[in-house]
This record gives sequence, C-alpha cells and structure tokens, in this order.
Amino acid sequence: MIPADWIFGLLGGLMIGAAAAMFLLVNGRIMGASGILGGVVDGSGRGNLDERFAFLAGLVGVPAVVALVWQAPQTNLTTDPLLLVVAGLLVGLGTRMGSGCTSGHGVCGISRFSKRGIVATLVYLAAGVIAMAVARHGLGVI
Amino acid sequence: MRALFAFLAGGLFGVGLMLSGMTDTAKVQGWLDVLGAWDPTLAFVLGGAILPMLVAWRVAGKRPTAALGTPIPAKPAQIIDARLLAGATLFGIGWALVGLCPGPALAALSYNGGHGAVFVVAMVAGMLIWHILHLGGAMRGRPA
Repeated sequence: MIPADWIFGLLGGLMIGAAAAMFLLVNGRIMGASGILGGVVDGSGRGNLDERFAFLAGLVGVPAVVALVWQAPQTNLTTDPLLLVVAGLLVGLGTRMGSGCTSGHGVCGISRFSKRGIVATLVYLAAGVIAMAVARHGLGVI
Repeated sequence: MRALFAFLAGGLFGVGLMLSGMTDTAKVQGWLDVLGAWDPTLAFVLGGAILPMLVAWRVAGKRPTAALGTPIPAKPAQIIDARLLAGATLFGIGWALVGLCPGPALAALSYNGGHGAVFVVAMVAGMLIWHILHLGGAMRGRPA
C-alpha cells in the first residue's frame, strides 16, 4: 500500500509543474520563487513588476483562501526566533547568490536538462543533508 | 492578461505546495534527515513537478514566443562558478535549519503565523544583503 502522503506529494507536485508549465508557455517566464520575489526586492525586476506582484499575490493569497474555507495544513514550524532569522537570511542570500531555489533550479532547471540547475540542486541537497546531520544529530539544535 | 495568468500560476503553485506537504517543515526536514526517520515524500513532489515541465520545454522548443508574445527565456550560459556553488550551499544550510524554501515560505505565509513572517522578513533581508554585496563588488571591479 502506497502511503497517502506520497500520493498527495505526487498530486501537489503535478500542480506545481502545471503552474510552471503555464507560466512558461503563456507568460514566457521561468517560475522560480526566489527570482520572482528577488526581482521585486532589489528592483532588478522593474520591467515586469505587475506580473511579479500578480504571481506573488496568487502564491500567498490563494493558499490563504483555501486555508480559510477548507483547512490549514500542519506546518510544524519552529518557534525559535534565532533559527528563523539565521535560516531566513541564509535562504535569501543563498538563493540570490546562486540564482535560484527549489522551483527555479530544481523544477524548471532539471526539466530543461540545464547543467547549472542540476549542479545547484545536487549541491543544495547535499548541503541540506549535511547541515541536518550536523545540526540535529551532532549539535542537537534542531 | 499577463497579470491574470501570473496570478493563476502563483495560485496553482501555492495550492500545489500546500497539498504536496511542502509547507510542512517536518516533512522537508525529514527528507533531508537521512540519519533519522527519512521521509521520501519530496522525491514524489519533485518528480511530479518535473513531468509537466518536461512536456512544457518540448512544446516551448518548437515555438519562438510564449502565448502572450514574450520570447521563451534563453538557456543561461552553462557556467558552474564559485557563486553558483556557494549560493546553493548557503541556501541548502538555511533550508535544512528550518525546513522552508522561498516558495513554501510564501505559500504558508497566511497560516504560518508570526514565526513564518519572521522567516520571510529575514529572507527578504538576505536578498537585500546579496544585492548590496554584489553591487559593491561590481563597483570595485570597475576602473576608477
């Protein structure tokens, strides 16, 4: 029997891929969350700000409505402010330095057989696995 | 029109992240925790997301522009440099510490409470820090 979580993972994944496919084939844009947000934050996306704001409004707003009318899923987010700030800074800095995150390098890059996307994905996965091993099993901080 | 489809893409992305379990930090951290109770869900999410995009890139390759007239983005120069490797490494560490990457952090902003907002504010600050560092580096690189 296949665990329900895997089926929901696959279905949700197909939706993520369908969203990326639509954004590419209709708008002609790469669906990378860090790139779309980053272009707003640092002003590099001023040529298509309306498109970026509309995407971000959908990304934040539609799940908000679903959570309200249906139910919000469990997030198990840490409440440790130091961890939240350090991790947030690293994710923001790292994704802009590396020009992408899980959606841009992972979903859009791998499917295009982009060497940069594949290498970046392997590196952030490896860094994540090592950081998890050290922080959880070594230092016991998470 | 562009904004409408951008909104729809963002919304579908957000609901996909929600349904897939990717806004549950315990599942994401479980995927990275190979020494603990390893959770393979993320492989199904990534696999499921790549499938429609494999088709989309094939379709995109056959036409010069997207439906609304924008050129299909060219593949960036395939350079593996220190910036790509260092950025991906920092991102991976941050991702593991809390279990959030940019997409899920935004999708769950409404139901993650104040702690989710703290993460997003720090993430935006991190993006600004890179912008300032990068700008500084680019200026120093120029002849006076």
